[in-house]
Amino acid sequence: MNLESTLRTARDSGRKLLVPYVTGGLGRGWLDVVRAVAAAGADAIEVGIPFSDPVMDGRTIQEASQRALEIGATPSSIIEELTALDAGVPIAVMTYYNPVHHMGHDRFAQRLAAAGIDAAIVPDLPLDELDGWADAADAADVETVLLAAPTTSDVRLQAICARSRGFVYGVALLGITGERKELGVEAGEMGRRLKAVTDLPVLLGLGISTPAQAREAAAAADGVIVGSALVRRLLEGGGPEGAAAFVTELREGLDAG
Amino acid sequence: MSAPRRGDVVTLGPPGPEPTGLGRFGEFGGRFVPETLVPALEELEAEFRRAWMSPEFRLEYAELLAQYAGRPTPVTECHRLSDRLGVRVLLKREDLTHTGSHKINNVLGQALLTKRMGKQRVIAETGAGQHGVATATACALFGLDCIVFMGAVDVERQALNVFRMELLGAEVVPVTSGSATLKDAINDALRDWVASVQSTHYCIGSVVGPHPFPWMVREFQRIVGDEAREQTREILGGGDPDYVVACVGGGSNAMGTFAGFIDTDAALIGVEAGGRGLESGHHGASVSRGVPGALHGARSLYLQDEDGQILEAHSISAGLDYPGVGPEHAALAASGRAEYLSATDAEALEGFQLLSKTEGIVPALEPAHAIGWLMREAGHRVPTDSTVLVTLSGRGDKDAMQVSEMLAGDRKL
Repeated sequence: MNLESTLRTARDSGRKLLVPYVTGGLGRGWLDVVRAVAAAGADAIEVGIPFSDPVMDGRTIQEASQRALEIGATPSSIIEELTALDAGVPIAVMTYYNPVHHMGHDRFAQRLAAAGIDAAIVPDLPLDELDGWADAADAADVETVLLAAPTTSDVRLQAICARSRGFVYGVALLGITGERKELGVEAGEMGRRLKAVTDLPVLLGLGISTPAQAREAAAAADGVIVGSALVRRLLEGGGPEGAAAFVTELREGLDAG
Repeated sequence: MSAPRRGDVVTLGPPGPEPTGLGRFGEFGGRFVPETLVPALEELEAEFRRAWMSPEFRLEYAELLAQYAGRPTPVTECHRLSDRLGVRVLLKREDLTHTGSHKINNVLGQALLTKRMGKQRVIAETGAGQHGVATATACALFGLDCIVFMGAVDVERQALNVFRMELLGAEVVPVTSGSATLKDAINDALRDWVASVQSTHYCIGSVVGPHPFPWMVREFQRIVGDEAREQTREILGGGDPDYVVACVGGGSNAMGTFAGFIDTDAALIGVEAGGRGLESGHHGASVSRGVPGALHGARSLYLQDEDGQILEAHSISAGLDYPGVGPEHAALAASGRAEYLSATDAEALEGFQLLSKTEGIVPALEPAHAIGWLMREAGHRVPTDSTVLVTLSGRGDKDAMQVSEMLAGDRKL
């Protein structure tokens, strides 16, 4: 089962999907965090490969990325560590294009595949620049998840959904990652626009910070991605238990919907 | 076209070549940005293409360059410096524009576009502060709201320009992330733009960033090279200079200069920040020492480690303190049409002082690198009796305090 079939099966059984984001290499025990998050009810996990210049990320994930880099995390080390992991749910890595470009499209794709990583999310690689990477990823059976944004036109939205694999990532606000007090109007609108044009699982992410927000956003889509709210707990020393407790809350919030 | 003189009307040369495909210069360029920004870049590209072909826009822009920015700028023959170096040195005087650097050429064009697109808010990044001051100036002129992102390190070393921006009504946001210099200021400007894109124009200050910026900024700067070509032909009796030299951070003054000479026989030389020396690892020589990568929206050459993490640049001049270079420069280096060399912090300081003493012209520390390079290479790589055009991209007032402290030994290079 790859990422897409796993998510489709879960969705078709009536479940709202939950994909937490964890910064790779954030502390020695980060794989324990991934395992704990999986056991607490995640349908898949997004693992961030930290980059020095994360332009889509707000302060929380910037800080987590910087900390991970300072203690020696590299794309290779994170992929290597994930090889040893059996979390029982699909893993997607999220990184920026430069580390991918630097390792080389084919080599990066093959290393992900060899490590048992299902998918990749590269937020600064839009549809128009996708081909080189996507060809390599397709050849290695790595699913490339594309992002759609509130500013994306209807025509482009269809093209993005046609090319996205695994799921389509609906950007739930105008802005960068980070916790928000309230869910913006863009979230529901994004979910509805995507659901109208695709049968792919539609997940909303960015700014979704609480169980109540997760439930509200998921009502317009198939599920949610939660990053900064979880990573903040890790930065505050929450560890695997803190992460699991929060993901359990998110899961309960979604199931209560 | 006769040689432009101060006080003349400004005549724009014909538009230069567009990049191919999606903003490609050879294998460099492109549009590597979050999806949220793609529609705004498509809109900007369409608006710029329409405007740049429109006689009304070109007239309005040319009038602003003449009546507000003070163009054409002269080419000055440097007799005493030429005697000293044994080569004939001509300076393209961008230091004489309003706001004191070539940056004004670009921001006036982008401000006109901002109005055409119906946007009211402008954001910009700045290193030395010259682009920030120029943007704040254009926003004051057009009644636009202006926010300038500036690395906290640069806020400290360019305090005068911070004051100028605030005086002009701009808000200066110190950037503390990463290395707190120009690279990080661009990161934070992009982060702002992702959230504000529907109401805001991002006025990028160099030939960097996603398509259409490298092309558009080169076109708004090509006036420098187009004027200089005609002016040097008049001075040289019809010929072109043997060497055309400009400093390169992101590379906008160099790209504007080179655009005017690309079809001549002149050797094009970009001078990068050699910092404490290329071997020291503390420099900003992205063409000399960078490798292909993608940052800030473009595939180009960047200083990075073995894992593809971007490295911090170092330069005595904030405006060259950037670990990347515009994609068209990367392409010119790859094709061999232009050559990229470097001058160290110490050589830039020598150039700063020599031009001041021999010609009564205090250069900004950025073009002081071009002067410093010429001091080293005159009689060597640049043979005696060669003719050399150097673009003096800005004036040195902003750097006077920093240089005086350094010369007094208060501050390490």
